[in-house]
Amino acid sequence: MTIQEIAKELAVHFPDISIELVEGVRSPVTSAQVGDSALIVPAEKILEICQSLQQNEVFSFDCLSNLTAVDRKDKFEVVYHLFSYKHKHSLTLKVVLPRDENAHLLTVEGLWGCANWLEREVFDLFGITFDGHSDLRRIMLPEDWIGHPLRKDYQEQEEYHGISTTRPSLLQ
Amino acid sequence: MSELRTEEMLINMGPQHPSTHGVIRFVVKTDGEVMSAAVPDVGYLHRSIEKIAEKASYHGFMPWTDRVDYLAAMNCNVAYAMAVEKLAGIQISRRAEFLRVIAMELNRIISHLLAVGSLGMDVGAFTPFVHTLREREKANDLIEELCGQRLTYNYARIGGVIYDMTPGWDKKVLKFLDGFEPLIDEFDRLLTDNKILRMRLGGVAVISREDAINYNLVGPNLRGSGMKWDLRKDMPYSIYPEFEFDVPIGTGEVGVLGDCFDRYKVRIKEMKESAKILRQCFEKIPAEGETVVKVPKKIRPPAGDVYVRTESTRGDLGVYLVSDGTDKPYRVKFRTGSFAAMSIIEKVSRGMMLADLIAFIASLDIVAPEIDR
Repeated sequence: MTIQEIAKELAVHFPDISIELVEGVRSPVTSAQVGDSALIVPAEKILEICQSLQQNEVFSFDCLSNLTAVDRKDKFEVVYHLFSYKHKHSLTLKVVLPRDENAHLLTVEGLWGCANWLEREVFDLFGITFDGHSDLRRIMLPEDWIGHPLRKDYQEQEEYHGISTTRPSLLQ
Repeated sequence: MSELRTEEMLINMGPQHPSTHGVIRFVVKTDGEVMSAAVPDVGYLHRSIEKIAEKASYHGFMPWTDRVDYLAAMNCNVAYAMAVEKLAGIQISRRAEFLRVIAMELNRIISHLLAVGSLGMDVGAFTPFVHTLREREKANDLIEELCGQRLTYNYARIGGVIYDMTPGWDKKVLKFLDGFEPLIDEFDRLLTDNKILRMRLGGVAVISREDAINYNLVGPNLRGSGMKWDLRKDMPYSIYPEFEFDVPIGTGEVGVLGDCFDRYKVRIKEMKESAKILRQCFEKIPAEGETVVKVPKKIRPPAGDVYVRTESTRGDLGVYLVSDGTDKPYRVKFRTGSFAAMSIIEKVSRGMMLADLIAFIASLDIVAPEIDR
């Protein structure tokens, strides 16, 4: 299925949810589409929609290929890359969250096992909380690290347990 | 005599442990030799490569991609280059495509040689490791002649590859393959058919096909569970559709489908397929063509995002690239095979013997920097 067909089919299943289809960016030279198209869905409905996408026969998205986030400075985008081994089609799903300290959305860990670690990584590096997650701890950084490095306004702490995090330039 | 008191023990394994293939720690809960769970603790090698990408230019980030998976640097180079090329609409020459595939398949052989050799060593067979390392050195010499490096190649460029092959290099590779292909059968006699190895791996750490998909296992680990899936074949990119090769899958020949032995055997078979692809490459490679097409010094892809998946040696390597129209990536994410493989360990390890955990980790072919990035 193409993303247009998926969007149409989803609209049948969820008539009262606004699902926005964003076309992929086009090349300024050839005007051919080079970026990926995506569906933007409301954050509070993510679990329902994912459930339908995984379990509905026409979609059969049995694989969550990737889950990550992007800090857009005024908002967070959580991006899901779904893939179906059965139908060999893929889908980019996006969720927009307000950019503040308590940005949160529901976990999809119950649907795809791999989401457990992927969500932990997003929690660690972006500080987005996943409600209902079974083991939401930092994964890359130590438990007592301050801040979330992949946020655009991240300021590195000056020292960690007495170890300086900066080095003098070798060129001076 | 009163009954012996038993209790669950909490054992720390790693981060410095020879069989964890890098700096990984496991918190193992055991009752005697049987584990109730092995909880992986990763992050010791986190170098924030994704954050560095946001500060480097598109070209300048290329050497960093080597460090994502240092055993398959060529695949990481190409995956990143492909993502940028797709978003920026850059078409590379046919000769460069061939050079990339040659380098990637040679890299696959190098990586799998280390994987099967170190697996043997982890379960107690030292000799095969020496043999695989000897062959790996020969392949390393070839790669060194191609790109000047033995590990972190930095060979691909956005728009092609940096060097063409040196005169007569193709003959050297073919000569290496002539010697190498019969050796794979020798590995079989030495290692695969070894009774101890078969007993150590057969029926151990079985991953069902459903679990493998649910936990997003990729590459040889997925194929070991009996799933016939290879991006090079099923969602072809580059020039892979032009080649004839098989996709080996696990058959459960020693124990159960999806056990350690199946994952091991898939890698042995894949080396043969890579050799096949390499031979076809040298037959079909066009004599003329630019190694790297003309690309601006500062690439500014249109503001958008793209997700590119390639078949690296450890499976599906996904690169998610977001551009905001400037000359630096806005966000780069590497979705790697080892990360997914690590996340399934806790589930599979329940009720497993502690000694089998070593065989399990080795059979997943985990590379620590690829988990942490």
